[in-house]
Amino acid sequence: MNKVLLDKKDIDRAITRMAHEIIEKNRGIEDVRLIGIQRGGVYIAKRLAGVIKEIEGQEVSVGALDIAMYRDDIGMRDEQPAIRKTDVPFDINHKVVILIDDVLFTGRSIRAAMDALMDIGRPLAIQLAVLIDRGHRELPIRADYVGKNIPTSMQETVDVELSEEGKKDVVRLKRGLE
Amino acid sequence: MSSLGIKDLLGIKGLSRKQIYLVLDTAAGFKDVLKRDIKKVPALRGKTVFNLFFEPSTRTRTSFELAAKRLSTDVINFSVPTSSFVKGESLLDTIRTIESYGVDYIVIRHSSSGVPHFIARHSHASVVNAGDGINEHPTQALLDAFTIKEKKGYFEGLKIAIVGDILHSRVAKSNIYCLRELGAELRIVAPPTFVPHGIDSFGVEVYFDADKGLKDVDVIMMLRIQNERQEGGFLPSSDEYSRFWGLTEERLARASQGAVVMHPGPMNRGVEIMSEVADSTSSVILEQVTNGVAVRMAVLYLLNRTRVTKHV
Repeated sequence: MNKVLLDKKDIDRAITRMAHEIIEKNRGIEDVRLIGIQRGGVYIAKRLAGVIKEIEGQEVSVGALDIAMYRDDIGMRDEQPAIRKTDVPFDINHKVVILIDDVLFTGRSIRAAMDALMDIGRPLAIQLAVLIDRGHRELPIRADYVGKNIPTSMQETVDVELSEEGKKDVVRLKRGLE
Repeated sequence: MSSLGIKDLLGIKGLSRKQIYLVLDTAAGFKDVLKRDIKKVPALRGKTVFNLFFEPSTRTRTSFELAAKRLSTDVINFSVPTSSFVKGESLLDTIRTIESYGVDYIVIRHSSSGVPHFIARHSHASVVNAGDGINEHPTQALLDAFTIKEKKGYFEGLKIAIVGDILHSRVAKSNIYCLRELGAELRIVAPPTFVPHGIDSFGVEVYFDADKGLKDVDVIMMLRIQNERQEGGFLPSSDEYSRFWGLTEERLARASQGAVVMHPGPMNRGVEIMSEVADSTSSVILEQVTNGVAVRMAVLYLLNRTRVTKHV
């Protein structure tokens, strides 16, 4: 099974709505900073920043966060997660950081991401934006902004493909784990 | 997901280009950590690193210790003057004792070549060679390669001169293996007494004249004159060495525009390298020190949990 859940237009609409929600909830973007989780989250963060600029006419800073060093399963697998760049070229102290990921699943990546953020600074608040929430949380974590809620079974995989990776924009539900 | 696919790092010899690049790319991520206010990540929390040094070392030991601590491991330093080894305990018994503490990594330096290999065969822990006799010093070569990549951006066809006592230098050997694998054009610049037999098989050009050997090179790697290894009459005098082989501003000027100068430390100022060169903008010697921590973090990280069945 290989079902298309969101096509390019759906993804664009979801990102546009989330951008509006972020602006509304924070009453503008003065103190807002976007930080995407490597790698899918970084692309979505940049798109959100683009839409926010169209709406507000103001740039919002975007950073990239690598969470490999903070995962809770290091040493439990045969291979280590690849280390990618963390690039947060701005101060996050006293700012509202919107953490962005493509798929929210167990919540463990978000736990790792929050620890990674705390080592960089002390934000005023952390909010979470995800393109897809597929359920099956293993930690008490929820998203503030969700592109689409998709109930899945544990035997399924949600695959987010984005044009930044040289693919076309599409979200697929696949039967069987990766 | 990534891993070196090996339990121990005993030498550069035998590592593929892909494995070397994996270390360099991973080290870039760790170098970012070292620039932050909080210079520590939980990547190897709960693991234990045993620094086992049978030869005096301040820099390498400190660098490994810092790398291990930045990864949240517990570190134990064990050096010869304070150990039972001098009371007559055999190396194998020492290793078995260390194993019984439940250590995950043993970082070993020894004046005899091959000791890390022996330990690796007899231990479940991952063994990292921090210098064995005149054989290899793999993490030094990896940090040198990392520094070159940062400064020059490529290796293929890059002209690199290694200057000094190649014969006694494990740093030189590891660097030759590493930089050859990465595709650099290597030159050995040294007096004949400092060039090992069979150097031809290393695939390097040999120059017995510093002025010729340094012409148009992009990277100059100076080696330390190892006074502790000069009993065989290889070196007439420091003065003479300095005159013919020391890196002066005039010699540096023969290298290509923007050439970088490296030295593994500790430097003998006025012997193999002149102060005005060591402190010049061409020198990347202090960056090598910083990069050493990042590269050693990467090595510890990438060896973790790549446990293969031990071959005892």
